[in-house]
Amino acid sequence: MKGDAPKAEKCITKFFPPFSGVDQHRLMSSRKESTSTSVAAMASTSGTLDSPVKQIQIEGLVVLKIIKHYQEEGQGSEVVQGVLLGLVVDDRLEITNCFPFPQHTEDDADFDEVQYQMEMMRSLRHVNIDHLHVGWYQSTYYGSFVSRALLDSQFSYQHAIEESVVLIYDPIKTAQGSLSLKAYRLTPKLMEICKEKDFTPEGLKKASIGFENMFEEVPIVIKNSHLISVLMWELEDKSTAADKHELLNLSSSNHLEKSLQLLMDRVDDLNQEIVKYNTYSRNLSKQQQQKHQYIQRRQQENAQRQSRGEPPLPEEDITKLFKPPQAPPRMDTLLIAGQINNYCQNVKEFTSQNLGKLFMAEALQGHN
Amino acid sequence: MSVFGPVVKIHPVVLASISDSYERRNEGASRVIGTLLGTIDKHSIEVTNCFSVPHNESEDEVAVDMEFAKNMYELHKRVSPTEVIIGWYATGFDITEHSVLIHEYYSREATNPIHLTVDTALQSGKMNIRAYVSAQMGVPGKTVGVMFTPLTVKYIHYDTERIGMDLLQRTRLATTRTKGLTSDLSQVGGAAARIQDMLTTVLAYIEDVLSGKVTADNSVGRFLMDLVNKVPTISAEDFENMLNSNINDLLMVTYLSNLTQAQIALNEKLVLL
Repeated sequence: MKGDAPKAEKCITKFFPPFSGVDQHRLMSSRKESTSTSVAAMASTSGTLDSPVKQIQIEGLVVLKIIKHYQEEGQGSEVVQGVLLGLVVDDRLEITNCFPFPQHTEDDADFDEVQYQMEMMRSLRHVNIDHLHVGWYQSTYYGSFVSRALLDSQFSYQHAIEESVVLIYDPIKTAQGSLSLKAYRLTPKLMEICKEKDFTPEGLKKASIGFENMFEEVPIVIKNSHLISVLMWELEDKSTAADKHELLNLSSSNHLEKSLQLLMDRVDDLNQEIVKYNTYSRNLSKQQQQKHQYIQRRQQENAQRQSRGEPPLPEEDITKLFKPPQAPPRMDTLLIAGQINNYCQNVKEFTSQNLGKLFMAEALQGHN
Repeated sequence: MSVFGPVVKIHPVVLASISDSYERRNEGASRVIGTLLGTIDKHSIEVTNCFSVPHNESEDEVAVDMEFAKNMYELHKRVSPTEVIIGWYATGFDITEHSVLIHEYYSREATNPIHLTVDTALQSGKMNIRAYVSAQMGVPGKTVGVMFTPLTVKYIHYDTERIGMDLLQRTRLATTRTKGLTSDLSQVGGAAARIQDMLTTVLAYIEDVLSGKVTADNSVGRFLMDLVNKVPTISAEDFENMLNSNINDLLMVTYLSNLTQAQIALNEKLVLL
């Protein structure tokens, strides 16, 4: 069961830039200080990022909205998507609001995404909500989000707005006890390659890109304003639901099974790609050999003819005789490798959590 | 105090939205209003979404941009077609005469709209969240007025929402009101610490009862029995076996995924040669 490429996965390809650069500056200066800025000493955790964005700061409201959107609209294996709004402060990207994107349905062919976006942003501007596009979010199924569509979308976003990110929300992992929200950007190297659209092996070799430096993860911090903190205190008082500790649930083999299944599918895909590449390189080398032989034969013949006093045969255009085989695009391989890497990471996290839980259960049992 | 009318169930998203739009209000505006979206049941109204509507309020008149409200509702409807307008909200403590007018506007959009007030200015020291429905009162034919009757308000959330809320709750304890997202094993540690806290509270209570400081409560005693019996009694050997097989599974999976990762890394290096 291929759960990672739902057939209706459409991406926000029709993206348009924010209103104007002037607007952005004006809004940044007039932003209300009531949603206070945090202390500048909040150093980023991974200091090796040399991108313009070192940390992402999300408001609690955005988190709640994303969760709600998935909960209500994403019950199938469809991905839900939406737009993130906010602004850039120093090297931080602050995300202050978001709005969801409606699902694509086949009977809604004349639905204009761009118009929807424009309307939304215009309306939000009226109520003083930051209307600057700073990225987009997507839900994922068991962590399978590294795909061509995501790459294309993120590339077009990052191309137009340098600091944009894609937030990946994993609802299944969240339901197991801990909020799983990650922010990714494309590395500058990958941006270069996408710009050139040069996906041949030579191109990738030149840029020396591996699957590890395709995406970079940006650390996320959640921040709430004072008023929302007050709200939190209120709700804490009033909510009567007892704490359910799903995090300590032991019976999570179902999740593990699914993840492994998806992992195996990806590995199969990668295998096919590798086979393709191998046949290609074998063909190439065979062709090289043939070329050599041909040239040698030619030279021999020419030498013979000269010795016999006849004019040499014309040099034929070798490239026309031996057309080099098409180099297979390596981008898919990279993506699959990246996806496999992601799955492995998830599986390892999961198993380490489970090991901890099992040892706790052992300790509990030991006292009996 | 018996209350007529449906129970109003609010999701935390709505309240956070309202607080946020209050913070972003225009200069000079003392309160914000907006539309509430949600679903209506037989006995309850569930409020799941909201958006703010620009409005101007002065001493004697009030103007609400209904065009805007309609537009926004259409846009929202595209995303979640099941949500309908069920009422409106206003920040602030009291219900003013303007509220009556605005309520009338909304009566045209929805049948029997509810009105929600959120006291964001914290006038009474707490953020009062109340819901009302309007009812006619007075002498029919002569002076007719409108009265707002309160409704019970409950807070509900989806499971995943609750997990998100847990994380948000933790931000209020940090001094800069921020919190990073923790990673795997430390989360289990955190959950274990929370359970430990709860256990210490229970233990303290038991000590008190044993030493006679607090009278024993039978229902609590029954819960405690349940708790202790929840740990299943399995023979130590069986448990060892189960535990070991589980641990073996997990270790094997970890090993295999590490192997796969090494494999693809190798593959990359070879290709790039």
